[in-house]
This record gives sequence, C-alpha cells and structure tokens, in this order.
Amino acid sequence: MTEYNFAYLDEQTKRMIRRAILKGLAVPGYQVPFASREMPMPYGWGTGGVQVSAATLVPEDRFKVIDQGADDTTNAVSIRKFFERTAGVETTEHTAEASVIQTRHRIPETPLSEDQILVYQVPIPEPLRFLEPRETETRKMHSLEEYGLMHVKLYEDISQHGAIATSYAYPVKVEGRYVMDPSPIPKFDNPKLSDCPAIQLFGAGREQRIYALPPYTRVVSLDFEDYPFEASKADHACDLCGAGDSYLDEVITDDQGGRIFVCSDTDYCRGRREAGHVGTQAQDAPMMTEARA
Amino acid sequence: MYVAVKGGERAIDNAHAWLAEERRGDLSVAELSVAQIREQLSLAVNRVMVEGSLYDPDLAALAIKQARGDLIEAIFLIRAYRTTLPRFGASRPVDTAQMACDRRISATFKDAPGGQVLGPTFDYTHRLLDFKLAAEGAAPEAPSAAPQDGPVPHITGFLNREGLIQTEAASDDTPPDLTREPMELPAERPLRLQALSRGDEGFVLSLAYSTQRGYARNHAFVGELRIGAVAVEMDIPELGFAIEIGEITLTECETVNQFKGSKTEPPQFTRGYGLVFGQTERKAISMALVDRALRWKELGEDNQGAPAQDEEFVLMHCDNIQATGFLEHIKLPHYVDFQSELELVRKLRREAQDGAGAAPVQEAAE
Repeated sequence: MTEYNFAYLDEQTKRMIRRAILKGLAVPGYQVPFASREMPMPYGWGTGGVQVSAATLVPEDRFKVIDQGADDTTNAVSIRKFFERTAGVETTEHTAEASVIQTRHRIPETPLSEDQILVYQVPIPEPLRFLEPRETETRKMHSLEEYGLMHVKLYEDISQHGAIATSYAYPVKVEGRYVMDPSPIPKFDNPKLSDCPAIQLFGAGREQRIYALPPYTRVVSLDFEDYPFEASKADHACDLCGAGDSYLDEVITDDQGGRIFVCSDTDYCRGRREAGHVGTQAQDAPMMTEARA
Repeated sequence: MYVAVKGGERAIDNAHAWLAEERRGDLSVAELSVAQIREQLSLAVNRVMVEGSLYDPDLAALAIKQARGDLIEAIFLIRAYRTTLPRFGASRPVDTAQMACDRRISATFKDAPGGQVLGPTFDYTHRLLDFKLAAEGAAPEAPSAAPQDGPVPHITGFLNREGLIQTEAASDDTPPDLTREPMELPAERPLRLQALSRGDEGFVLSLAYSTQRGYARNHAFVGELRIGAVAVEMDIPELGFAIEIGEITLTECETVNQFKGSKTEPPQFTRGYGLVFGQTERKAISMALVDRALRWKELGEDNQGAPAQDEEFVLMHCDNIQATGFLEHIKLPHYVDFQSELELVRKLRREAQDGAGAAPVQEAAE
C-alpha cells in the first residue's frame, strides 16, 4: 500500500484533525466539529476513531485495537490490519505495552499510564440526542449549560423504574462544565474515565465530532444524592480466570439454560491465566477456536 | 468445557475469498467487462457518479462490478477513493445555457426557442419486457438528423423578462464544500444543493413525492429539463486565462413553482433547482422539488412542519453512505452494551416482583 500516505490520511487532513484534537483537549468535554473524511470502512464502524488514530500515530507507536474489550473480534481485527498495512506500526494485544489503544465500548481493565492514548469510537457523540434530536438545539443547550432535560430524564427513570435505567453510554459531567457521552461503554467503566493518567480522545466520524479528556480530568457520572451512581456488572467471577473485579460477558453454553461468565477484556483474562489464576471452567484444553467464514 | 470463539483473521480472509468467488458467478458464463458496464449500464454508472461525487464513468463502472451491482456499495467505493485524491483547484462555474442538449423539454410552454427535444428517454416506452433483448441481436440503429443550430436559452429566462419569476441573486462567492468542512446549520442554499445532489436518490425522490401529496405542497411545474454536455473550464494562473479541460454530461432541472406572495415577496413564480452528473433526471427533478420546499424561510412562507421543509432532517439523513454505515453497524458485536442491559432488566424485574413496576425501555443499541 505504498500509494497511500502514512496512516492513510494525507498530512493536510491529519493537521486538520490534530487541530480539532488540540481544541478538544483545551476545552474538555466540548464537541469540536471536524471535517470527517470518507474512510475505506463504513460510517458507524469506527471511522471517527480511525481518523483520530491516524492523526495520532507516529511510526514509533505500538498500536492495540479492541472491540467489546477483545482484540480478536472481527472489526478489531479489521481495523488493526488497516493500520498494519497503511502505517506499518507495530501492534500488540497487551494493554500495558501499547502506546495508542483504539477501543469500541470498553476501557481496558489494566490501569492506563501517562504515556498512553486511548481512542474511543463514538456512534452518537451528543448525550442529549435522544432527548432532543436537533443538533441546532443541543448545541445551544450546551453553550447555555442547560442540562435540566437530562436531569428530568434521570428523575423520570427513577419514578418509573425505581432506578436510573441507563446501563451504558451513561452521561457524565466533565470538570463541572460539559455533559458528555462517554461512548457506549458499560457504566461499570465510567469511574475509569476520571482522573485517568492517559489522554482520552473520542472520535465520531459520521457525526463529524471530536472531543477529549486531558490526563487527570475530573469526570463525574450524573446522579442524585439519594440515588447515587452505581457501577454495575454481572454478580459473578470470571469462569476462566477467576477475576471478581472485571467486566463480564455472558456466554450461552447449551440449550438447557447453561451459561458461563468470562472477562470481556481478553488481554486481562489471558494475563491472569498466564499468571496462574484459574476460574471454575478453565481446563487445559485449547482456549480458542477459530470462527468459520 | 467452554471454548471461546475467536473471530480470527482467517475467518475474514476466507469470507473475502468466498465473496470474490460469488462476485464472479458461474464460470461458464462470460465475465462482464468494465467497458460493458460503462456502455450498457450507463444509468447505473451515472447514479454512482452523482452520489459518489466523482465524474469518472470508468471508475464508476469498475465500482459497480466490484460491488456485484449493489449501487450503494459502489458509491461507497467511489467516495472512499475520492477521499485520497489531491485537489488541484476549482473549475469555473459551468454554463448550462451553452449546453449541447441531447434532451430538452419544458412542461410550461408548448414551444420555445431551441424547441422541445425528447432525446433518449423511457418516457413514452410501453413497459413491456422486450424478449428480443434476451437473445443476442443486431445493434439497434436510430435515425439521425443534423444537430440544431442556435442557442438553447433557459425557459425561466423568458419568464424573467416579464418579472414573473423570482430573480436569483448572482454571486461570485466560493460556495462551501461539505466534503472539506463539517456541515453547519442553518445551511445556505449552495450547501443544501450540494447535499441534495449527492443525496440518496430514493430518499430525495420520496421527499419530493411527499411535497406533491401535500406535505408542504409547492405546485411545481417542470419549467425545463435539459440533458447534455457542457465544457469545464479552469483558470490556469500561469497562463492568466481559462482553458477548457474537458466535457461532462449533466442533467439540469428548473421547476417553476406557483407562489401567491408573502409579507416580503410579491406574487410571482419561484424556482427549485436540480443539477446532477449524467442522465439522471429522476434525481434532478426530485432535487428541484426538495430544494424549493427548503426555501420556505427565505420566501417568507409558513413552516408546515413537513419533513421536506426541515433542513436539519433532510440534510442530516440524505446521505446513503452515512445511513447505510450506521444502519449496518448494528451487525457488529454489542455483547458489552447488551450485557449491561441484561443486568439492568434482571435487576428491575427482581425489584418489580417485590412491588409494582414496568420493564425499562432504552434506545436501540448503538
């Protein structure tokens, strides 16, 4: 693929994206419009994240891609391959060894460090979108810091269901100013957004928005004093590695109601098993089978 | 014993190989050439050029072949390729009054200078399957005549002489480019026209149809529809003048719309405008109707709350590459969000069993 520039995008476009990223870092949680390009993968499949990664990567980087916490899901494989071909950067599955991590729907379990950048793929960057469909209105609401509608929504949840019925893409407030959509991560991950040593960048390609959290930004999940935010996960330990503190996927194992719970973060789970941790279902047979075409 | 499924690279590679085999189809049937598609499926090629925003019949034909005839997929291929092209500059505005017309009709005047020219149209064909085409036959031949001499002035120009139609203000401003700048709303008319021109044909058609059925009806007549070749000229700074760099085929539609006048405008006819690559007249007419509907604010008309009047609704949803990408992304894994929903529903059900309560409703997966 020598006919394309390093990391696919031309330098002019990367400069434009970097300007948006810098503006985003300067105004944490503010959605910066940017002239998103048409990428060779579909909108909605990570084009925002891919453009942010392309503008962020340098040849010395080591790149990791996860989707739903896993390195081996099809779209993560596809995006990793894209940058292997167009940027020739080294790639890794180990969270701790990566300098840039592109993610969809999860924050890795392994705590991030100051020399890392986490790039989120964002489908709908506007936290107020499903309360007010018009962009012209929601931009006004942000500039006036008019977030009453969101509080009313959370309150109505409580009055109807006795709890806040939002379990992912749970809205947060950044440094006491902007209400932000953390992308559809489970609310279990929300506490990791705050005070994080790594740079967190959010890219929404189709919606043409970039926003950012500089290191050690204060990020608070919206709640009420008497209904405080609660990070939740399945009430189990991982059946493969025994971890009790990681976010779990539920896997159906037979048609008799059988199911097990496994870490959604595949690197975390493998690391624990390599270190000798064992869950109830982990036996010595091969860990993985290949999906069929 | 649980064995986790790994969505390996090999699965993707095999899927791609299978796709390539399916694309070729039965090997005992001759392979389609790109030239055959370009020449014999030219209306499909035109649509791909219009919505792909790239005038290149050979590349559009290649994209159609690669996409197995899925035109939205072909448009996507062209758009992604277009992103990588350097931009040398901008042409001068093309002059459609100088068009070498293959087709030129007006629904508002029986005859006018330049005449009515039907051209290669389906309009009066009887839609009966022609089984002769199933067999290979001799090349059809159409009678020919000498091209008409003289200019083919725009029909709306005649109305303009009497002041009966609203005059469009001329402007030398550089129009915005929605492929280079993020869409900002409210949008000026040049940006709206740009978005409509590359918008999905089906979406724009349905919106136009909705205005005809009363959702912001604007009484459109096809003042003129013309199809033909125009010269593309570009200023070359080193030369100090413009030279012709090529020729493209365009379809242009101007509608003449009834208008009773408003607080700010006298009673007069108004216009809707459509301009697209190639012979793509359904799209050009649709575009003109939607353009007119979107002009309600500028003309001081009432907002009837109709979809075709809603600029944000139209512009944010007319792009089929954005739409299909986001629609189809729900095929991607959503285990994580779904798991969090599972936990929530179980929790709420537990609580509901203790007291009264209802299952929660949340937006569809993202």
